[in-house]
Amino acid sequence: MTEYLQEKVHVQNYIRMQFPSCSANESFARVAVASFVAQLDPTLEELTELKTAVSEAVTNAIIHGYENSFGEIRIECSLYDQTVKITIEDDGVGIEDVDMARQPLYTSRPELERSGMGLTIMESFVDRMEIQSEPGQGTRVTLVKSMGGQKTSQRPS
Amino acid sequence: MSLQTTTISGVLVARLQGELDHHAVEKIREDIEQTVQQEGINRLVLSFANIHFMDSSGIGLVLGRLRTIQALGGKMALCEVQNSLQKIFEMSGILKVLKLFPSEQEAIEYVRGE
Repeated sequence: MTEYLQEKVHVQNYIRMQFPSCSANESFARVAVASFVAQLDPTLEELTELKTAVSEAVTNAIIHGYENSFGEIRIECSLYDQTVKITIEDDGVGIEDVDMARQPLYTSRPELERSGMGLTIMESFVDRMEIQSEPGQGTRVTLVKSMGGQKTSQRPS
Repeated sequence: MSLQTTTISGVLVARLQGELDHHAVEKIREDIEQTVQQEGINRLVLSFANIHFMDSSGIGLVLGRLRTIQALGGKMALCEVQNSLQKIFEMSGILKVLKLFPSEQEAIEYVRGE
């Protein structure tokens, strides 16, 4: 999985999409990813977890990255073996302190009735989550999850 | 339609529909808040019978309504949460502050204090 994060493996299939930061696209993004990933024959639970994680990431790009103004969100979803890697990228304001943002219940926008659970949920619904962010430049979230019941942790390392 | 509301014995029953994401909850929140204020109700049941997907926006919606109802001195409960939402409910801690019932009727009776 580390090799996959470092892009040292050949992907077998991928999709790329880009769309404006409107909230109507949240459901489009998670459904598109889920239907692409269906070829790995995931369990319903794995698919729900992946959809939830994608939904959180896209919502974060819209609310926090672009602060509800117009911007572009890019998603790349690639498959290798039984593993999916998804990057969700925006050119928004970025995150000053990623470690603080990852704390459960932390929210930068308490007035918006956010639960502060988004990153915590993403992290627990995938096998690996990486956040790269540069204030003023944007944020890239990478999610990696093995599907089809073959958990990476059960494989010999 | 993402929400159907009905008042039963002084209890506002909000039956949520569809997928509870950031896009959907904004309208639902407004609708529930408006109905609560217009009808002067402080007892609320949120039914999840028709919700098969929810992200953390749904958690925000539930906890936000709890704040509203508590500020009005009322009572609130949840009912019919589907299995697919179980994990997110557990993670959220919602069930530490709100009671969940298998049926709408039981939830209504609970918030009426019966």
